[in-house]
Amino acid sequence: MSRLLLIATALLFLGVFLLLPLLAVFVQALANGFGAYYVAVSEPMAWAAVKLTLLVAAIAVPLNLVFGVAAAWAIGKFEFRGKSALITLIDLPFAVSPVIAGMIFILIFGAHGWFGGFLRAEHVRVVFAVPGIVLATVFVTFPFIARELIPLMQAQGNADEEIARSLGATGWQCFWRVTLPNIRWGLLYGVLLCNARSMGEFGAVSVVSGHVRGLTNTMPLHVEILYNEYNYTAAFAVASLLALLALLTLAGKNVLEWRQPELRPAARRPRDGTRREPA
Amino acid sequence: MASNATAIKERTPRRVLPGFGLTLGYTMVYLSLLVLIPLSAVFVRSFGSGWGHFWEVVTAPRVLAALRLSFGASLTAALINVGFGLIVAWVLVRYTFPLKRLVDAIIDLPFALPTAVAGIALTALYAPNGWLGAWLAPLGLKVAFTPAGIVVALIFVGLPFVVRTLQPVLDDLDQEVEQAAATLGASGRQVFARVILPALWPALLTGFALAFARAVGEYGSVIFIAGNMPMKSEIAPLLIVTKLEQYDYAGATAIAVVMLVLSFGVMLGINALQNWTATRHGER
Repeated sequence: MSRLLLIATALLFLGVFLLLPLLAVFVQALANGFGAYYVAVSEPMAWAAVKLTLLVAAIAVPLNLVFGVAAAWAIGKFEFRGKSALITLIDLPFAVSPVIAGMIFILIFGAHGWFGGFLRAEHVRVVFAVPGIVLATVFVTFPFIARELIPLMQAQGNADEEIARSLGATGWQCFWRVTLPNIRWGLLYGVLLCNARSMGEFGAVSVVSGHVRGLTNTMPLHVEILYNEYNYTAAFAVASLLALLALLTLAGKNVLEWRQPELRPAARRPRDGTRREPA
Repeated sequence: MASNATAIKERTPRRVLPGFGLTLGYTMVYLSLLVLIPLSAVFVRSFGSGWGHFWEVVTAPRVLAALRLSFGASLTAALINVGFGLIVAWVLVRYTFPLKRLVDAIIDLPFALPTAVAGIALTALYAPNGWLGAWLAPLGLKVAFTPAGIVVALIFVGLPFVVRTLQPVLDDLDQEVEQAAATLGASGRQVFARVILPALWPALLTGFALAFARAVGEYGSVIFIAGNMPMKSEIAPLLIVTKLEQYDYAGATAIAVVMLVLSFGVMLGINALQNWTATRHGER
């Protein structure tokens, strides 16, 4: 009896707080029929936003991928002092409000910022232009890949690589042929989460974007502009594309968790990543 | 070749693998350039305008109201998430029911759904003519464009932190201890209060802190539903944006410093808590 009550409570709570908002996006997007939906998502300004969003993710994700692999190699394969402090520092962007993440780049590259005068002299725009959007996105998604790879590489240990080395493999061969295949699912997992956040980031990007339609508007910013113009159908139509991306991300995430069960949060200790199972 | 390799291994017993200097160096440079130096700009800028100005900004009534709202709404939402998150995690770990896999997967929706999308969706739901708002309005309950709406958005944003922190811990709980307590005559409520809850509270606290920290800085999902009335429903991150739009950088950085210091405090607290529970687990 209490079992049924608890299940009902949990499902009701999740239904109201998670499922209904998701449903609302699609219902509102199609409220005026498929024709209006198609017009909204094929409009040139919407396309410009889609392209910019893809461009920003295409720059930000690889940058954080290289960093994530490097950080995980140093932290996962070697012992050194200050390691846990370094892990905390890598997680730092998660503790920073997105708005502040955007603001810091205005303080540095804005007209009155540290490099403001220099940039104006060189006619380079960082803030209120694409480079600023990329910087803010990189900052916000900074820890995603590293924090997936660090526990994974710590758990896997060095044995495989040491054998490869003793058989005469060079460091790079060792990385490409042994380490990378070992971490490939975790890597993909981190890329997936990092990509979802870079495409969906709103607060940080909103602060540095300047909101120039067709030039510095990403998809989430475009949703906001349409919404504030009371163009609800179009706003929800573009939002539905982002919601689809979220659903694809969740699906991909679950496939990867099924491939490599260690990726599941439920299989992992909260931070240090070592599993406590004896066998 | 084998003898050569063993010779190398004997000479350098610990660092057989290459690339330590390269990867650690790259990590430090990238971290410094993109995170540490930019973040330090906030503190440098803020202290550049002097302590007096800082104090003047952060004690202005409108700023105090925004900070109080941000921290109060985040606290409320995190507490609600701890309660319902515990029920959800419990149900997902202990019981089986149809579509459980799907229900488990959707917990992560707030991580994957862009905050602006969540914001307009929640506003559409809770607006007086929305699916839920239309039901609540006759009861005299207004959610959208009030602080209650802010709490709703922050519940959405923080829920997965609580559930995902609790799940592994619940999974690890030894059910034999609960059965032993029951055979010794403990009621269901007693087993929960005396056996289960003590084992869960570090995870509950961690989940609470993570949800709280995320909620305090949240912007995208809140601004649509909040109404954004100064002194009433204006959150601190929005006030930062407003000040930036007015080119009041000193004001914006002062609020940012207060928020950063409090967030870092919460984060260090979580770390200390996790180290403490980790050592306690290790001793067992």
